[in-house]
Parts: sequence; structure tokens; C-alpha cells
Amino acid sequence: MKKSQSKTKLPVSKAEGKRLLHQMQLIRRFEEKSAEVYTETKIRGFLHLYVGEEAVAVGVIQALKEEDYILSTYREHGHALARGMDPGAMMAEMYGKVEGCAMGRGGSMHLFDKNIHFYGGNAIVGGHLPLAVGMALASKKQGKKNVTCCFFGEGAAAEGEFHEAMNLAALWEVPVLFLCENNLYAMGTALEYTHSEQQLEKKGPTYGIETATVNGMDLLEVMAASKKAVDYIRKTGKPYFLVSYTYRFRAHSMFDAELYRDKKEVEEWKKKDPIPQFRDFLIKEKLISQKEIDAVEAEVEKQVQDAIEFAENGTWEAVEDLTRFVYTETPES
Amino acid sequence: MSKTITLTYREALKSGIREALQKDERVFLMGEDVGHYGGAFAVSKGLLQEFGPERIMDVPLSESGFTGAGVGAALAGMRPIVEIMTINFSLLAMDQIFNNAATLLHMSGGQLNVPVVIRMGCGIGRQLAAQHSHSWEPFYAHVPGLIVLAVGTHEDARGMLLSAIGSPDPVIIFEYTSMLNLEGEIPEEAGAVDIRKAKVLREGKDLSLITYGTGVYKSLEAAEILEREGFDIEVIDLRVLRPLDEATFLDSVAKTHRALVVEDACRSVSISSEVSARIMEKAFFELDAPVERLCGVEVPTPYPKHLEDAAVPQVQDIVDRITKLLKS
Repeated sequence: MKKSQSKTKLPVSKAEGKRLLHQMQLIRRFEEKSAEVYTETKIRGFLHLYVGEEAVAVGVIQALKEEDYILSTYREHGHALARGMDPGAMMAEMYGKVEGCAMGRGGSMHLFDKNIHFYGGNAIVGGHLPLAVGMALASKKQGKKNVTCCFFGEGAAAEGEFHEAMNLAALWEVPVLFLCENNLYAMGTALEYTHSEQQLEKKGPTYGIETATVNGMDLLEVMAASKKAVDYIRKTGKPYFLVSYTYRFRAHSMFDAELYRDKKEVEEWKKKDPIPQFRDFLIKEKLISQKEIDAVEAEVEKQVQDAIEFAENGTWEAVEDLTRFVYTETPES
Repeated sequence: MSKTITLTYREALKSGIREALQKDERVFLMGEDVGHYGGAFAVSKGLLQEFGPERIMDVPLSESGFTGAGVGAALAGMRPIVEIMTINFSLLAMDQIFNNAATLLHMSGGQLNVPVVIRMGCGIGRQLAAQHSHSWEPFYAHVPGLIVLAVGTHEDARGMLLSAIGSPDPVIIFEYTSMLNLEGEIPEEAGAVDIRKAKVLREGKDLSLITYGTGVYKSLEAAEILEREGFDIEVIDLRVLRPLDEATFLDSVAKTHRALVVEDACRSVSISSEVSARIMEKAFFELDAPVERLCGVEVPTPYPKHLEDAAVPQVQDIVDRITKLLKS
């Protein structure tokens, strides 16, 4: 496995820099707002926040094309927003309203939008890896050139399905990007208690899969590593395993009292916060002005507020429709 | 009169798969030993040579992995036929079948179809013991989102797959290992069959004998024996275990006023529990006697032949039970 060529910064244009900052900021504020309305009981069930990991979703998805497929986990708000899912439809989904991106049937953990090839929102850890291999297999059989990108956490790497999927992808030579977001904790249990080999990147080459690691706290590094990975997949049609080292600043879910990690550790990681880091880079390179930053932040606030209003004004599905979407043509009984 | 052909249950299954492959380029078969070995039960023998490795895919021993890949391929526009060697092994793929195939249409608010067909060897009767043979149809029949089919006849062995491949929703097909060598007659032009309805295979007025899978031919044989005793038995093959076609058996009970449900699955929380409950709920006042059940014994499948035979209903058991029922 190779360390990505992380120090070579991608040239980012002014417009691109602003767009990327906007995306990360939108994810951050969308989630902070989600947590807020969760405490007001507008959102229920599980709510898993991505705060701190934004550079990974945004960075990886820059390397993908419209026709590429994306599968994600239950911590997928960031991936969905970076992919361009409508924040209003997402918030409405989390409220459980019909206007949600999945008619309100899925909630926070199950965001779907076929139009942008976003296939969940999969909440069985590791369960979507075989799906990703199958989708990539379909692309290969159909002669399509698209890539399937599968996000998962390091917890999934302990599941049998991870190993089955890696073997199948390598065996069948299908164009899939296995994107491991290693945030060091599977719920509340640290890597050292769950993996005999904690350098997960060592697992890729044992399947003959091209593998690299990347600093997931740095947007530009993630972009560079992802571009390299996706270029490789497009060129060879083979799978690629990219392990991104990252950290979630907030609790696992809204039910988590965070007894398993030291507050000092969290504070240390917060110093690597990808958003101010990227913002400072843009300022330093004179790619953005304070006025423009203020404008981005104002625009994001408006988007988030609009999303909340959209969700608030949404409608509840009629109880009579409860058994819809069980079968395509719902048979009796 | 249309011409009929005689073939084994295995040949009928194979001809269905072959026709599905011929008709639709999106169809491919994936499973353990389906290619070079010719199928663990020789159902797919010769198909690799005929269709090539892209369409007849041998897979590693990764039930969850390859079944999930089948579901993924279906999501992305293919029409995979996933073969799982035995229902016991399918438990390793239950995550993919229950948590993904059965839920994605619903969780996505109707956006994602999963047109995958999953076939598996089911039932007991070839001394394969407790980890290679079982009648666990009720597990699958419990899950909303799945269409669950039991192949009880040669006509269905050929036709069910052809219909299933056209379904936009995931279909589970149980094929009965003990019936593979059994010869039967089907119309020469037999093809796709209805996969929504149960079927009355024999009309009668004294009792509704409701069954599926390996129970079908046993029940028909029992009905013939009972006819000589002067009893007129109606035999219903449920065929579709989910969603259950209750109209067919409720109509039958309204005519015969008595019902016996026969299955190989063990009695507790089974298909017969459900059928029996629905008759009680919806046709109680039609009944002249309580619904009776003849089921598998509550035991892991034993190896010795005499114990294996004793573990599931046999023709004579059905005859005896009905005789007792109708003479009382």
C-alpha cells in the first residue's frame, strides 16, 4: 500500500474553493441544526452525526461523475449533501414527512435518491458492501464505465461481509471504490478492542486490491487521493481500497454519553477541524475574501432554515397508505 | 389435445432456467458449483457450456456476499438468478435477503426495485441430516417484501422461474431435493405460470386437503387411495407462501366444510398455523369440525432413513388422518 501523494495540493480555483467550503459548511450546519431539532423531538429514532468528517464526503465525491453509484452508511447526511441531495427533502425525511427523499419511510439512516444514484442510507454495518460489488458487477456486464463508491466505517471491516465483498470484487475485477472512514470507534468501542490488525489498510493487499491511506481531516488531501483512486478504477476496471483517517467530534448518536473517550482526545482532534483548515488555506492563498466567507455562511444559514421550514410544512402520510411500498404492485393479503 | 412430455423435476427446473437465459440477456445464474461442477444437484449441468462463464457464474462459498451481489446487480438493472445450495446455507445470506432485498423498495419510498430471484434446495428425504436438509419455508414466508414460492409440481418446476424473472420484487423459490429424480408429465408448450394464486389440483366435496411443496404429490396420491374408500377429497397446492392466496382455500372450505393442512415444516409457527388461523378467522361458521394439521415433527432432521421418514408426513399418514377425520 502507498501513502497518497498528500503534500501536492490540488490547484483549486476561486469558484471551486468557494463551492467546496460551501458544501462542508452546509453539512456542518445542517447537522448542527438536526441535533437542535432532535432535542425538540422533531426528529426521532437514531440520528448519527458526521461532524468532523466532512472533508471525506466532500473530497471523495469530487472525484465522482454523475453516472457513478454511491452507497453509504447510517451516518450519511454528509455524503447525501455532497452528492447534491436536496436539503429540504433530507430534512423532511428525517421529520418522517411524505415530502422526504424516501417518502418519510426511512428516516435519518435511510436516505435514498435514485435520480442522483444515491443508494442509501444502509444501516446494517457491512451489509451494503456486497450490494456495491453487485452494482459494479452489473456495470461491468452492461459495458458501462461508471464506478460504484461504497462508504463504510472501520467497524464494518470486522464483519464477514467486508471480507466476502473484498474477495468478490477482486475476483470479479469490478469497478468499486471501498472507502473506509476510519473514525477510530465502532460506536463506542475503539479499534484496539475490535481489530487484531488495526492498520486496516493492510487488509486490501491480501485480496490483491490496490490500497492507500489518506488524512481524512484535510480536504485537499482527500481530493487528491480520491482522484487517484477513481482514475485507477476507471483505467483498470478493478477495485480500490482507500482508508481515510478521520474523527467524529460529536457522539455516536443522540443516545451516546461518550464514556469511552477522553475529552482531551476530542479537543486534540478538533484542532484538525477540516472546515477552518480549508478556509484558512483559501484565505492564505488569497482565493477567498472575508466578505465572500460571510456570504457563504449566510447562504448556508438560509438553506438550512429553508430545509427546516420545508420539513415543518410537510405532510404526514395517511395511515391508510401504511402498506404501500411493500410490493411494487401491492397484492392483497 | 395438446401433446405432453415426460421429464424429471430436475429437467423441468433446468428447462425453466435455460429458457429464462435465452429470453433475456440481463438474466444470469450465480451460485456455488453451478458452472464447472454442473450444480450441486446437477440442475444446471451443461449450462456453462451453453451460455459461458459470464452468464453461469461459479461463486466462492460466500452466501452473504454473492446473494448481496445478486441484490446489487438487480438494483443496477440486471435480472440475476441466485442459487443457494440448501436452505440451511441460506441462513448465512439472510441479512441480504431480509435486511436488503425485502426492505429496499419500502425504505426508499418506492424508488428502488429489487428484481432478484433466489432459488434454493429445500426439504428433507435424501438422508442429508440436519445441516443440509430442512423445511424452513415459514422463515421466509414471514417477511413482507418477499414473494415466496414452493415448487410442488413439474409444471411449476418449469414455469415458476419464468414468471419470477419478470417480477419487479424479490422472489424466493424453494425447490425440493427429494423430488429431483421424480418423473412427471407436462404439456409440451408449458411455460410461465401464475405466481399469485394457489391452485385446486383435484376437486372434491368431503374435505379440503391444503398443502405445498413435497406435500402436493403425496396428497394427490392419498386422495386417490381415499377415493377408493369412497371419500371425495379436494387437494389445494398453496404454491405461493407469501403473499398467501387465502381466497382459494377459503372458497374450498366453504364447499367442503372440513380442512386438513399438510406440510413438512414443523408444526410450531408454520404455514399451516397461518392457514389454519385464517380459516378460523374468516370461515369459522363454514366448518363442521376443527381444522386439523399434519406437520413435520419438531426435531432437527435425523440421518437414518426410517427416522427421516418418520419426521415428515407420509402418504399413509395422510390417508389415516383423513379416514379418522371423516369417519368420526
